[in-house]
Amino acid sequence: MFPRPIQKASPAAQHLYKVALPVALLVWLLPLIAVALTSIRSQGDIVAGNYWGWPTSFNMLENYTAIFQQTPIGNYILNSFRVTIPTVIGAVALSCMTGYALAIYRFKGNLVIFFLFVAGNFVPFQILMVPVRDFTVQLGIYNTISGLALFHIAFQTGFCTLFMRNFIKAMPFDLVEAARVEGVSEIRIFWFVVLPLMKPAIAALSVLVFTFIWNDYFWAMVLTQGAETQPITAGLNSLNGQWVSAWHLVSAGSIVAALPPVLMFFLMQRHFIAGLTLGAVK
Amino acid sequence: MRDFWRSHQQQLAPWLFLLPGVLMFLIYVIIPIFQSMNISFYAWDGLGAKEYVGMANYVELMDDEAFYISLKNNLIWLLLYMLAIPAGLFVALFLNQNVYGIRIYKSLFFFPFVISQVVVGLVFAWFYDPSNGLFNIVLGWFGIDPVAILADEDLVTYGIIAAGLWPQTAYCMILYLTGLNAVDGEQIEAARLDNARGLKLLWYVILPQLRPATFIAIVVTVIGALRSFDLVSIMTGGGPWGSSRVLAFYMYEQAFSEYGFRMGYGAAIAVVLFAIMMLYIAAFLYKMYRDEGGR
Repeated sequence: MFPRPIQKASPAAQHLYKVALPVALLVWLLPLIAVALTSIRSQGDIVAGNYWGWPTSFNMLENYTAIFQQTPIGNYILNSFRVTIPTVIGAVALSCMTGYALAIYRFKGNLVIFFLFVAGNFVPFQILMVPVRDFTVQLGIYNTISGLALFHIAFQTGFCTLFMRNFIKAMPFDLVEAARVEGVSEIRIFWFVVLPLMKPAIAALSVLVFTFIWNDYFWAMVLTQGAETQPITAGLNSLNGQWVSAWHLVSAGSIVAALPPVLMFFLMQRHFIAGLTLGAVK
Repeated sequence: MRDFWRSHQQQLAPWLFLLPGVLMFLIYVIIPIFQSMNISFYAWDGLGAKEYVGMANYVELMDDEAFYISLKNNLIWLLLYMLAIPAGLFVALFLNQNVYGIRIYKSLFFFPFVISQVVVGLVFAWFYDPSNGLFNIVLGWFGIDPVAILADEDLVTYGIIAAGLWPQTAYCMILYLTGLNAVDGEQIEAARLDNARGLKLLWYVILPQLRPATFIAIVVTVIGALRSFDLVSIMTGGGPWGSSRVLAFYMYEQAFSEYGFRMGYGAAIAVVLFAIMMLYIAAFLYKMYRDEGGR
């Protein structure tokens, strides 16, 4: 193990480490802690400039109720779910198939198609913006949930294909071989032999794509407008404009927006990290 | 029909599996790249007729001061964003211990990466707030006068990059933690017997084994730096006086905002950004091609 296990260090160093850990964490999360603390302050404190002193009252419930009652934040959150969930299902489903095709079959153009997915996945969004917006307008789904979700499904398929293909490639090929000898059709091999083994990859991708799409801001701004369709990221931007220096509300809104991916992360931590660190170990 | 499928299914099946995914990806990603290149030769407000103007958009770009500011900021982003890699390694080394509760520490350190950049932007905007933000209060303890980072032309880009480094460092940290988990213990012991210690051990024994993690860290950091849009948009809207613009944001501003709908000009900016990114994509693909055995 590197660095040397702290247990082998002197008792003084061990104590130092035990103190340093929480202190470092506190410093690291300081901006976030500031926001959490601000989100439970009363309007009076904010107006009086009492930001960091002891609060005159704890307004957690009031502030969080206020943002739901006075602003369409509930709507924004709902929209985020309505965009994110279909995207997760769509992108994972498509990439199960593309990943399978690219990992199992040898055919001309295999590597070219694979590289196309990989390269497309890295492209800056701005090069797609004008045509994609135009195309969405022409389809008549500009400013709709499905317009946004369709684009996300297509774009995420790039990353998901890279992931799935490498995952399946690492599985024992004998399984497929054996099934073929038994005369099982290709589609049944996919469905009954390979797909059940892809569960960990599907779980990892689902959490990752959920987080990516939930946190997407650019495409929400390009393809939607107004509280009817905009997801929470874009919504937060417009609320930020309304809440000029009402920092207790901005803070409460930020925390609400951050909560779903954070919960997702803590519930599915192992899958999440397995997905993110794909390829970090040979 | 059925017989044809039976005898040719191994040739047909891959295309069947690929069709929906490839089609979607072509329509929404690959073809739009070329459409954008084409649009960059036109003057177009997004609604009316397109007017062919040849290289005019690019010529205008050459004389556009805002473009150079954005380009310069992009380079600063690219350079300083790289700090996330050593910083991430440092945090990973700090956390790579087996003590009680360490898993929770690791998760909490990773936290900033999970929340959206919009929230990170708001969090840091509040943190930097000149009159009441925590940042200036801490500066005050050391007797330093408050600095309005996000309103200062010279500091604003650095302030935004610092905010971006926060989640990016967390990402690099998790890559290195995974990498450190897999280093070969025997090699370390052997090196220790040879009296290799500390930095020397890190440099000659550990880092070579962390190569795959470093490679991915570089890839995601470069892409993160060139994609910097959310933070600029949320924290400053490109201001003050356009001094914190980056290409991604300037493109959006030109093509699609209250400043007007100059789709052609915006597309030209996007093409420049794409060209920069393409260098990295090409390098990445080349490495992948080699790893695939160069078939």
